[in-house]
Amino acid sequence: MSDEKLLQSRRNALKCMAYGGAGTLFVLAGGVFTPVNLAMAGEYEKGGTKPGKPLFVQISDTHIGFNKEANPDVDGSLTQTIDLVNGMAEQPALIIHTGDITHLSKPAEFDLAQQLLSGLRTTELHTVPGEHDTTDPTVTEYFNRFGKASDNKGYYSFDHAGVHFIALINVLEFKAGGLGTLGPDQLAWVAADLKGRSSSTPIVVFAHMPLWTIYEPWGWGTGDADQLMSQLRRFGSVTVLNGHIHQIVQKVEGNMTFHTTRSTSYPQPAPGEGPGPGPLKVAADLLPKMLGITSVSVRAHPRVLTLADTALA
Amino acid sequence: MRFKHFQMPLMLLGLAALGFAAAWPPTTAWAAEETQTLIKDFKFTPVSVKAGTKVTWVNMDDEPHNVVSDAGLFRSSGLDTNESFSYTFDKPGTYQIHCSIHPRMVATVVVE
Repeated sequence: MSDEKLLQSRRNALKCMAYGGAGTLFVLAGGVFTPVNLAMAGEYEKGGTKPGKPLFVQISDTHIGFNKEANPDVDGSLTQTIDLVNGMAEQPALIIHTGDITHLSKPAEFDLAQQLLSGLRTTELHTVPGEHDTTDPTVTEYFNRFGKASDNKGYYSFDHAGVHFIALINVLEFKAGGLGTLGPDQLAWVAADLKGRSSSTPIVVFAHMPLWTIYEPWGWGTGDADQLMSQLRRFGSVTVLNGHIHQIVQKVEGNMTFHTTRSTSYPQPAPGEGPGPGPLKVAADLLPKMLGITSVSVRAHPRVLTLADTALA
Repeated sequence: MRFKHFQMPLMLLGLAALGFAAAWPPTTAWAAEETQTLIKDFKFTPVSVKAGTKVTWVNMDDEPHNVVSDAGLFRSSGLDTNESFSYTFDKPGTYQIHCSIHPRMVATVVVE
């Protein structure tokens, strides 16, 4: 390959990385949520088939404050993500950030993240903290800024367009050696929150860590998530969203769709590859092979979910 | 108390000889009042020190870690690469620690 070609392919790879890591758009199509890659959503603006009315965009793992080789410019990546969202012809009603807003829970990192996120045209922002947002000794920096919605508990619910949203926190009650934990208080609150709600109400649950066990040795799961799922099983449409693992993993179980979204900051290794879930440094020529586009679509009748992964090279 | 003070190091040496080879050498500083231990590849190193020793953990990973006492005695901030956290162990005992960012990372600090 000539130098010029190599440069070109590297440019394309970086461009694709920017879009590939941008976020996930959720649309309500026939009463069923359809996660589609944000880069693909951009294509709809250019005359493609519109999948439905944009309801919310999920952004995750922005890790403001990270400055290592895997991505020395996480601010720029988030800005690009925001530009992409703002560029959508029809703005989503909500933005959901599924945690690890910051890298080290530092006040300056939170301030910068808030400043950047305030550039979103959609102003309704819902958040849950990641474990990187709660490493300050007093665990107060996140709650001082984002605790209002949950009365500093970290979990809360709200309704939008007939959809019931439940925000959960699973990064606080860590037991040494264990997975994420929701805890009995939060689980009891969920039971009360769901009580009397019609099973036809579409439910969206979001937390930072996966609410099903993806890889236990790295803590990629929530120890007491089963107690949550048993409460959600009666609903006809449940969408469970997480970040944390910086890559897309999806599972469908009955009426429940589990989906982890990409990060806007840096990739992480596949489960079990390497000593732990740290930032994955990727050579420029390998990047296109390791990044890709995932498009997920759901047909309403019958409810069939199709998932397509495309590597960049 | 004096009696116990003399017994414990012997016991520990015995344990080390019996099968702690995998973790050997532990960070040992019987004479020093300060010791440094590395956090590397998502692992703590077991630490054995004399009462009154200041233990300093240094994070060598690209990923942040923190040092949290299971019993709630201390909790460091998230440590970025090459950042450190120190705690002085005044009382003898066995202390369990973990990283709250990666709770599978656990270790024991033995203070004699």
